[in-house]
Amino acid sequence: MRKEREEDVEINLTGEETPSSSNDVKPKWYKRIRKGITTSTADKKETPEGLWSKCPECNYISTTTELREGLYVCPKCNYHHRIGSEEYFDIIFDDKEYEVLFDNIKSKDFLNFTDLKNYQKRLDDIHAKTDLKDSMRVGVGKAKGEGLVVACMDFEFIGGSLGSVMGEKFSRAVDYCIAHKLPFIVISKSGGARMMESAFSLMQLAKTSGKLSQLSDAQLPYISILTDPTFGGISASFGMLGDLNIAEPGALIGFAGPRVIKETIKRDLPEGFQRSEFLLDHGFLDFIIDRKNMKEKLAQLVMLFRS
Amino acid sequence: MPQYPNRQFLDFEQPIKTLYEEREKLKQSAEKSKIDLTDGINKIEEAIIGQRRDITEHLTPWQRVQLSRHPDRPYTLKYISKIFTNFVELYGDRNVKDDKAMVGGFAQLDGETIMVIGQQKGINTKTRQLRNFGMANPEGYRKALRLMRLAEKFNKPVITFVDTPGAYPGLEAEERGQGEAIARNIYEMIRLKVPIIIVIIGEGASGGAFGIGVGDKTLMMENTWYTVISPESCSSILWRTWEKKEIAAEQLRLTATDMKGFGLVDEIVPEPLGGAHWDYDEAAEKLKVSIKNALAEIKIAEPNKRVSNRIEKYGNMGFWDEIVEEEVENIQ
Ligand SMILES: [Zn+2]
Repeated sequence: MRKEREEDVEINLTGEETPSSSNDVKPKWYKRIRKGITTSTADKKETPEGLWSKCPECNYISTTTELREGLYVCPKCNYHHRIGSEEYFDIIFDDKEYEVLFDNIKSKDFLNFTDLKNYQKRLDDIHAKTDLKDSMRVGVGKAKGEGLVVACMDFEFIGGSLGSVMGEKFSRAVDYCIAHKLPFIVISKSGGARMMESAFSLMQLAKTSGKLSQLSDAQLPYISILTDPTFGGISASFGMLGDLNIAEPGALIGFAGPRVIKETIKRDLPEGFQRSEFLLDHGFLDFIIDRKNMKEKLAQLVMLFRS
Repeated sequence: MPQYPNRQFLDFEQPIKTLYEEREKLKQSAEKSKIDLTDGINKIEEAIIGQRRDITEHLTPWQRVQLSRHPDRPYTLKYISKIFTNFVELYGDRNVKDDKAMVGGFAQLDGETIMVIGQQKGINTKTRQLRNFGMANPEGYRKALRLMRLAEKFNKPVITFVDTPGAYPGLEAEERGQGEAIARNIYEMIRLKVPIIIVIIGEGASGGAFGIGVGDKTLMMENTWYTVISPESCSSILWRTWEKKEIAAEQLRLTATDMKGFGLVDEIVPEPLGGAHWDYDEAAEKLKVSIKNALAEIKIAEPNKRVSNRIEKYGNMGFWDEIVEEEVENIQ
């Protein structure tokens, strides 16, 4: 039996290094390499061998190469490590070829929000560290020959939080889908709304829903893929609004975080609570998909919608 | 509204409490001694109004949050009873149960049938528990959606009253899809063909509020707050202590003035001096005027135009920088 990992999902939203960000499988060298890449495959072959990662579920130690070749899934217990948009795009798109869209949109500190750090400083620091401009990237390409637009979250950017930039990229991605008659796939991995954008982040729930309404009127499919973890404003908006809602195995998915629920009801949560399998049992997912089958399944679904 | 001695006072309302007590003493001695002390009592009444004015003029964001939660503040059913006639309350989500934290039904606004919906808080220990402190479960959001669809079928406008510390973070709420319920409402409210007016009458806490909070016009009462997280939770997550709630309230820019300034709400509804709890009739009368004006404005549009306006309105909310990169220019 798998042991339950305790996790405080909200803490990732601070944008600080947290104990749970160590679940992130990408070691530091990775970011340095990514800064220089043009064709990602060539460089990745030069990944230093001998580096290893420990599986947070079963403590199995994999080498970095082994993990990457296994799509960052633990070979022993099938634990799906947290990966970013770069890895998902490589997994889904044929020959790892895709075009990144709307990459020129960047967050800014409109409210001059300061908690323990100023928001603009936080944005700049995270950009310097990860080379990401925000918590979502949009790619267009083909999976098994089927054209699709994939919007994918990056958890390492303030816990994949939903702010104005994610809302705007989502909106433009939908417009692109409508203009090019393409299906829309969103891969969620987020602690929820971005507090540093206050009510503006809340309004993104309606903004993205409005765009999904237009996508729906255009009769184009929207597939929501939920990965570990997906919470708050994402599950209370487009995360749960897919024509199909699917999830990776064992992903923690919910509205309120486990810590908050525990404090509210003042008792322990049952084993498996808010995991993908729990959501499937309660009727909120169409199915669960292993990462290694994701590309084939997406292509199959797109074909079924199209033909 | 509750009269002295049942009136409750916030920390910054203490000077008024002192005046109340003085007035009470004077009244009692006037009765006992049969001496006319009207002048003295009137002076205290004036001082109370002066204090109410003073409070109104110097409210901090955190104090507005406190006022929005004032135990004597009018709640949804109070406004419904004072603004509308012929209210028929409707219960249940037709699926699991009736959620007492969410109320709704048909009512008339000066003769016009409206669907009114809102979160409801309790007024004493027993009803607070019954109403779950205004925190709805998924059934509450699904009940609200059922009523909105009913309104759409019979072409009646929808008015929602938002007053919640958040959607209920419970085990069963998760089992029954709290996220999905709120998401569905937001999506359906964007598409609803009839006019929708949202009124923030108290606490506008995040997704729990937004689950009945998408519409053509959003009105925000003067002493309310509306944002993505409560100042306490924001403090605990971002400052890692519960002690920074006042600073969090400032940083979040959650007041009606801020929200109107950002264009995220359409109108601020004035309240009686010192807050809505000072005079329910006056508060309701002012709100009724704003609701009627807003409704008249949005009823003009064709249903499809209203929906596309709504999508456009929310589509324009947000801030970002667009970088013009050299590579981009070179390609073009
Ligand atoms: Zn493992």
